[in-house]
Amino acid sequence: MSQYILLRHREIPDLNKLEVYRQYDGFQAFYKSVTSMKPDEVTEVVKASGLRGRGGAGFPTGMKWAFVDKKNWPHYVVANADESEPGTFKDREIMELNPFQFLEGVALTAFAVQANLAYIYLRGEFWQIAHQLEQRIAEMHSAGFLGENLFGSNYSLRIHTHLGAGAYICGEETAMLESLEGKLGQPRLRPPFPPSFGLFGKPTVVNNVETLTNVPLIIDKGAEWYRQFGTEKSPGTKVFSLSGRVNRPGNYELPLGTTFRELIFEHGQGISDDRPVKAIMAAGASSSLIVATQEALDTPMDYESVPSLGASLGSASVIVVDDTVSIPWLINKTIHFFKHESCGKCTPCREGTFWMMHLTERIAEGSAGWEDVELLRDVANQMKGKCLCALGEFSIEAVLSGIERFRNDFEQATSSPAMTDIQQTAEVGS
Amino acid sequence: MKLLAEKYSDEVQTILAKYPPDQKRSAVMPLLYLAQREQGFVSFHAIQEIAEILEISTTEVGSIIGFYTLYHDQPGGKYRIQVCTDLPCALRGAEQFLEELCDILGIQAGETTPDGLITVEHVMCLAACDRAPMFQVQTGDGLSYHENQTVESAMRYIESLRKMEK
Repeated sequence: MSQYILLRHREIPDLNKLEVYRQYDGFQAFYKSVTSMKPDEVTEVVKASGLRGRGGAGFPTGMKWAFVDKKNWPHYVVANADESEPGTFKDREIMELNPFQFLEGVALTAFAVQANLAYIYLRGEFWQIAHQLEQRIAEMHSAGFLGENLFGSNYSLRIHTHLGAGAYICGEETAMLESLEGKLGQPRLRPPFPPSFGLFGKPTVVNNVETLTNVPLIIDKGAEWYRQFGTEKSPGTKVFSLSGRVNRPGNYELPLGTTFRELIFEHGQGISDDRPVKAIMAAGASSSLIVATQEALDTPMDYESVPSLGASLGSASVIVVDDTVSIPWLINKTIHFFKHESCGKCTPCREGTFWMMHLTERIAEGSAGWEDVELLRDVANQMKGKCLCALGEFSIEAVLSGIERFRNDFEQATSSPAMTDIQQTAEVGS
Repeated sequence: MKLLAEKYSDEVQTILAKYPPDQKRSAVMPLLYLAQREQGFVSFHAIQEIAEILEISTTEVGSIIGFYTLYHDQPGGKYRIQVCTDLPCALRGAEQFLEELCDILGIQAGETTPDGLITVEHVMCLAACDRAPMFQVQTGDGLSYHENQTVESAMRYIESLRKMEK
């Protein structure tokens, strides 16, 4: 039994070449689907596999496809390759080294919802990957896997890439659709959701790269085969992006339900300089801070278990923090990120991240008092549940959990506030 | 002069063909990249031309440039060295890397070297967290990643650019 479903290129050299991918049954699933399956049957297999969205939300993939409105045409598929969460670098490896499996996943998804046009929205920084994908799409055309009347059927499909230009918010699916329509990448008010009102106002499936890359093997080998990996409610494997203070950062494809301990200490080979691990962020900068207790380290990483630690798995970008790191410094970093990336459309996020940034800066540099920590908590709490999209909501996770779970760090940072320039000027003037 | 229509007319047609004919506004982002290719920034003339092609206003085109960080409406260095200093990179020494690099070049982040060749900027996460410190280099014509960097390796790269441009 092979260990890899997604990072198969680690076992199969040159898997990013079309002829090699075909030698390993590449495009068999797509051929089988188009020539001998009904579109709904493809959706049913994916539903039965229990595959859940790998971009962060963990929504059941087959269910999303089934929501696509069949009374409104045409349909579109958009692959979310905007990978921008600090700590996430998995889609990049998949697209660079196992691109045809990803592209076959796009094609299968398009067939399942009967879309004739699919876009791959890549973050602008993935410029080289986009150009490689364009070449591979052209190879697929030449080989007869894309174009008109595929395999003699009446089904046709084209795939295009579209480059973003440096905006984290475009990873939010409705902001991505706006951006693809040539507008500012700002989220839409939902509902309606993309399966009923998506790209150009038409029913659209938006799936993450990793999610889509699962699909060919699920169709080829069946839902039962897929369910032997992972847990009952979180089947399959997941690519965990491990970063921060570990000896061997990188992508590790492991069954869902693998413990933090195994990821960090076996695969990541432990903490840099053998320091104690202090905190873990399981979902990149959008994470609550998990206190790295023994119990936490033994918690399985799946969509059901991580919430018991007051956090979520998200896109499984595991950032490891050791005892040399001050939590006020850390949240100052994450808040700078969210302030920079806030799209400005809704007031709670635009203003909230702005004021939080000023507070975290002062707290981190040691010129704030405890009342500033309380004010920071107030601002964060006022944003909660009021933002238009998840960006604003996620921005407060590390702040609130940090203050609650690492109170000592904040007490220390505010114990003897240095005078600010303004206070000094005021004193000189008085 | 019509930069896009005269110089890149084939590319413009290829870009427009990617989107449904009644949705050509979608082409604004790829057209902006095209307009930026030669000089590394989008001139006002190019904005006007894109607005004409897509039948939208120059304000709408301009707002796209302002919203996204990879478009520039002002000239910068020929090579924009963009260092990620976000949390995972910072945990692996990216802030110190940026500071030392700027010190050697005698500029601050956001500034351009006097020869007009190098602009150093700090940017948000580039999805290379396991290979920090790292930077990307944006030129008019594209982007390249440089990972697992030290100040020495970055300076060797910059020196090679300087030699090439002489």
